[in-house]
Amino acid sequence: MTATLTVRNLHLTRGNRAILKGVNLDARAGEIVALMGLSGSGKTTILRVIAGLDAPDSGQVTAGKAGMVFQFHYLFEHLCAIDNVTLAPIHVRGVATAEARTRAQGLLEQLGVGHRAGALPRELSGGEAQRVAIARALAVDPPLLLLDEPTASLDPARKNDLGAALHALAASGRTLVMTSHDDDFVRQHATRVVVLADGLVVEEGEPRTVLDYPQHAATRELLQMERARHGVQ
Amino acid sequence: MRATAWLLCLHGCLLWAVVAHAQTPAPLRWGGDAEGGAPFVEADPSDPTKVSGFDVEIAELVAAQLGRPSQFIQIAFQSLDQSAGRGDFDIGLSGIEDIPARRQSLAASVPYYEFREVMTVRAADRERFRTLADLRGKRVATLGGTMAYDLLLEAERRHGLTAVSYDEDVHPYSDLANGRVDAVVLDHVLAERAMRRNTGLVTHVDALAIGHYIIITAPENTALRDRVDTILREAMRDGTLERIFRKWHVWNTDQPSLFARVLGTSGTPGTSGTLGTPGTLGTPGTDVPPGTLSALQLYLPSLFRAALITLSLSCFAMALAVALGSLIAVGRVYGDPISRALLTAYVEVMRGTPVLLQLFVIYYGLSSVVRLPAFIAALLGLGLNYAAYESEIYRSALEAVPRGQLDAARILGFTNFQALRLIRAPQAFRLALAPMTNDFVALLKDSSLVSVITVVELTKQTQIFATNIGSWLVPGLMCAAIYLVMSLPLGYLARRLEERWRMPGA
Repeated sequence: MTATLTVRNLHLTRGNRAILKGVNLDARAGEIVALMGLSGSGKTTILRVIAGLDAPDSGQVTAGKAGMVFQFHYLFEHLCAIDNVTLAPIHVRGVATAEARTRAQGLLEQLGVGHRAGALPRELSGGEAQRVAIARALAVDPPLLLLDEPTASLDPARKNDLGAALHALAASGRTLVMTSHDDDFVRQHATRVVVLADGLVVEEGEPRTVLDYPQHAATRELLQMERARHGVQ
Repeated sequence: MRATAWLLCLHGCLLWAVVAHAQTPAPLRWGGDAEGGAPFVEADPSDPTKVSGFDVEIAELVAAQLGRPSQFIQIAFQSLDQSAGRGDFDIGLSGIEDIPARRQSLAASVPYYEFREVMTVRAADRERFRTLADLRGKRVATLGGTMAYDLLLEAERRHGLTAVSYDEDVHPYSDLANGRVDAVVLDHVLAERAMRRNTGLVTHVDALAIGHYIIITAPENTALRDRVDTILREAMRDGTLERIFRKWHVWNTDQPSLFARVLGTSGTPGTSGTLGTPGTLGTPGTDVPPGTLSALQLYLPSLFRAALITLSLSCFAMALAVALGSLIAVGRVYGDPISRALLTAYVEVMRGTPVLLQLFVIYYGLSSVVRLPAFIAALLGLGLNYAAYESEIYRSALEAVPRGQLDAARILGFTNFQALRLIRAPQAFRLALAPMTNDFVALLKDSSLVSVITVVELTKQTQIFATNIGSWLVPGLMCAAIYLVMSLPLGYLARRLEERWRMPGA
């Protein structure tokens, strides 16, 4: 399979702080790639550059159309769940309203929130809002789906539901790239993990290998911090 | 011996105090309006506390005869009656007309000057417009709250002309010269002054009515009023008044016969008995000021008409403010640096200068370039001013919509304009609703300012009502009630919508 996402030698500086210092990344259809790293390692910035929201100083990004699910969802607060999903198909792609609604309802149902179609974003729980946000991103059929900290607002049961949903999406031929702090989730559901430290990729590979036998100091520090956090909880 | 010396000393002190007190009697405070200008009361431009004019000299004459120094107090012409009632001054004079309502609510002196209500027209219309009956369908200007205004209201009913009320006597004539109105009816003293200031105007010498100027005091102060009457009569007898009027070029042949009637030396039977009542103005039936209740019936329709003007003016002005304010806000959020700077300048200028000044500039200042009808000028003035405030509300509301939603929209493929129309603006509107409602209620009340450019709206009509019946109580309550009826439902509606659209964290 050919790569649907290629990132080469990405550099990005904000003010006088170098965020990305030459990042390389590939992802293929059917893959679920997890970007891990301490806060400030540049994970979210990479997603934003791939999505076209931030312009890099130098480097190359080759990607198909991307959809993105933000950590805080950023649903359109004045529209109910199904209208959030249909807005882009109707106004950007010119899909007829009835057809867009049928498809949107199908997506919401696939993700387990079909019964919440008429609810306003402020009436949704964190997990529901996230799944509506995924449906909204998928409604325009992007081959590449970017997810920023998708497990942040989920309880353990919901994490498994999300994992199943991500597997289904990958199985349908999409490429998924997500950032995550949650090494258990990454172990169970990612097909590959990429560890970032200080603006560079320091380690990558199959999740169980990388996370159970970390080679790089940054990976070990990351895992220790996660352990400490889980220990407290 | 010691005690006697002490007593003597005390006696001396008391005596000194009494003499000293007698030497500096309380000044006679007299109220007038220097905005009326010469020849009545004119302020020295370099020292507005120094005034001159025939009314000033009469006030000083009265003070001198009473053995008191005189002290001028500036009172707006329209407020002289109310101020006299409140006791803000001892005597008031400033071309104050002798009308029944005034005589009923205040103590009024004998008339000291007789004037003619005369009609001034453009020279070209000299033959066309000779009487009020010739002015059907035309606009005729005068000073609000005067006999001339009542005369025009009567002519409105009888001859179908439109009476236009001004707050001062300068702009009726300049608006006549530039064609905004077709005639002015006012005292001949004012007409003569205006003819010197404006070229191309002529005044028909025939009097439309006769009126008199009087001195007013608080209603309970009849003792002072009687002293004033005595002093005025003496000044008529010994030629002092004539000298004053001649000095200010307002002496004419009407005055000796007025003096004769006031002094009771006139040969005309019956006239001395009607001293103090106005001349030939008005129909006999309207000479008696109506009671408050019947006055209410009389004025209620005009109050409602005025309320309708207030409401429609506010709605149109708000619509303009909302439309223009939205464009300014979008320009300031999305525009390039140059348009942003220009729009910011507009907002700062409109917010930083009084709306009253803006109304004057639009109506009078621009009249040489474009002669806007008063209602349109009022609508523009209020609308342009409020647009600045609205734009600030919309700008901050637009910026309050989370950036993340705009990022989401961009990734989904929306253009900037689509994101604004479908996502940002609808949410901003919900945030802006409460402050917008506030502004509309404020605009409803600020619309009372447009009376300075001759639009008779609710507050102005109330003022006319109050002047005519000599009390603010009932007209004031009526006016307040009408404003509340207009603004309360709006506040209620806005609260309902707000609850329905409440945003998280808002």
